[in-house]
Amino acid sequence: MNNEWPLWEVFIRSQHGLAHKHVGSLHAPDAEMAVNNARDVYTRRNEGVSIWVVRASDIVASSPSDKGALFEPSNSKVYRHPTFFPMPEEVKNL
Amino acid sequence: MDNTKFEYLLRLADNGLVLSQRLSEWCGKGPALEEDMALTNVALDLIGQARFWFDYAGELEGQGRDEDALAFHRDAGQFRNLLLVEQPNGTYADTLARQFYFDSWHYLLLQKLCASKDTRIAGIADKSLKEVAYHVRRSGDLVVRLGDGTAKSHQMMQDAFDTLWAYTGEMFQPDAVEAAMFEAGAGPDVAALRAPWLAHVAAVFDEATLRMPSPDAWMQKGGKEGVHSEHLGFLLAEMQFLQRAYPNAVW
Repeated sequence: MNNEWPLWEVFIRSQHGLAHKHVGSLHAPDAEMAVNNARDVYTRRNEGVSIWVVRASDIVASSPSDKGALFEPSNSKVYRHPTFFPMPEEVKNL
Repeated sequence: MDNTKFEYLLRLADNGLVLSQRLSEWCGKGPALEEDMALTNVALDLIGQARFWFDYAGELEGQGRDEDALAFHRDAGQFRNLLLVEQPNGTYADTLARQFYFDSWHYLLLQKLCASKDTRIAGIADKSLKEVAYHVRRSGDLVVRLGDGTAKSHQMMQDAFDTLWAYTGEMFQPDAVEAAMFEAGAGPDVAALRAPWLAHVAAVFDEATLRMPSPDAWMQKGGKEGVHSEHLGFLLAEMQFLQRAYPNAVW
């Protein structure tokens, strides 16, 4: 039997309107305690308005060995970047 | 009334100060990084609250004693904290049992103090209540998990709760200071906190599969009048060392 607490990934939303952002991970026996621990470990300096925790083992990740097939084809498609338009200075956060 | 209020504020301040000092003894030694952080966060909350109470107490007294003078230049017999909060950390189960008993009471007390006719007391209580609402949730959550955990964690929690039970009676036995505060509308009827406290503890114990000690058991008392267990002297010796060795030293 594994006596270690499972690992959880922590996501914090810093302001309303922004997306939750991955901030780190922690150990906790269950989801409720993971939220408590996330509050204590990651929001001590008033970082957040909302916390998500996800069991690390529930995250499905791409494999590093698939890098070529997944990402390289887009390397040469410069026309997919919206960099050919002049951007007005008044437009922020793009 | 001012002296009564001063005495009363010292109790609130000393509870926070002494328990904070106890919890900070765990700093860097917690059973897990997450617990270490959580416990020191609680310690910081409590010392922050104690500073507000000390500030107000010092002003009322009018002898020029500030928060530092009150914290570091008084002997054990002049401390007014509950016996519960000065009890040693023991195992993590002992620390958690002490915290759960205290948080459950602290929350109810602050709720009542929010309605104090003394607006400064009400203001500090209102600010503190948000912090303590989290403390009581967290310690209850942990008690449920350890009580309803392994056979060993269950036994350790049960033993810790049984041992500390005798220190809970003091919270609900009003004395002259509390009676006067209640009559003036500045403080709660402490005896009336007992029923909701017992109900909360019983609900958490039930979920945690723990057995609640008898409410009619014999209870320790004396902390509020300055009659303390031997543990407080050792705690103060460490906490006050610097100010005793180098009086009025500053950064």
